[in-house]
Amino acid sequence: MTGHPHDHGHAHAPAAAEDGPPSEYARLGRAVREILVEKGILSAADVRRAIEAMDARGPHLGARMVARAWHDLAYKARLLADGTAAAAELGIEMGPTILKVVENTAAVHNLIVCTLCSCYPRMVLGIPPDWYKSRPYRSRAVHEPRSVLAEFGTVIPDDVEVRVHDSTADLRYLVLPRRPAGTEGWSEAALASLVTRDSMIGVSLARSAHEPVETA
Amino acid sequence: MSAPLALGTAVRVRAAYPPGHIRTPFYVRGKRGRIVQYCGDFGNPETLAYGHDGTPRQPLYRVHFAQSEVWPDYRGVGRDSLEVEIYSHWLEPAGDAP
Repeated sequence: MTGHPHDHGHAHAPAAAEDGPPSEYARLGRAVREILVEKGILSAADVRRAIEAMDARGPHLGARMVARAWHDLAYKARLLADGTAAAAELGIEMGPTILKVVENTAAVHNLIVCTLCSCYPRMVLGIPPDWYKSRPYRSRAVHEPRSVLAEFGTVIPDDVEVRVHDSTADLRYLVLPRRPAGTEGWSEAALASLVTRDSMIGVSLARSAHEPVETA
Repeated sequence: MSAPLALGTAVRVRAAYPPGHIRTPFYVRGKRGRIVQYCGDFGNPETLAYGHDGTPRQPLYRVHFAQSEVWPDYRGVGRDSLEVEIYSHWLEPAGDAP
């Protein structure tokens, strides 16, 4: 953006035009929303509230589940058996989403992708990062996962199986990362501070006990 | 294929290429794997996508594949694997588990 004062004489397009014309899908979405509002089926405030509710979701929800699982082995067993019910147990509303939690162990490292579109456990991680939706990640994660992991700074030893989960249908996946060493006796809240979004997608490990936590 | 298949059952993904909204990735078609989870019965996305009701509902499975089975040129470790959700009408019996 080249900011310039508006005391000049020439005419130019309004700033909104700089975004270019809306795509066909953007126009379709807008038209459907406007029709629903005009017919009184939804209000504009309903739409805004739904967006706010989605924006309020984020990795802090998944991190609470992971920290609880690290802290409470009985909860961990329930989380792995039925992720949807285990989320509800912490008051996390899942709607129709079926959550499958896969556990990283000394023998298996899990990685999540959706090759067909961009399915993501939004109810517990919020809006996906752009790279998760990119074609390079979607195609390479299934074909050369170790190279993709290395680009995230994650090197998995050769004696550990890299297991890639492609979210092709009705389940959504969350990785339960390994509990970092040196966290014995930590509170759930302290443990949750080590659980990053990327560690729950599987592109990284949880933070180490000594890694400074960014507070930005 | 009648459901539910037992865990560990060897299956092969149909090597079929029909048009339409298909949730079976191309890269596993024709590949052999084994059942690791029966997820329940779900509306068929191939008809749901076109305004139908998705019935009859299809059993959905998570299928485990060896990376070496899926990608002949896979560079990685022998036990690396892929797990993919596949509807039962895309699965056929495979004689031997890979």
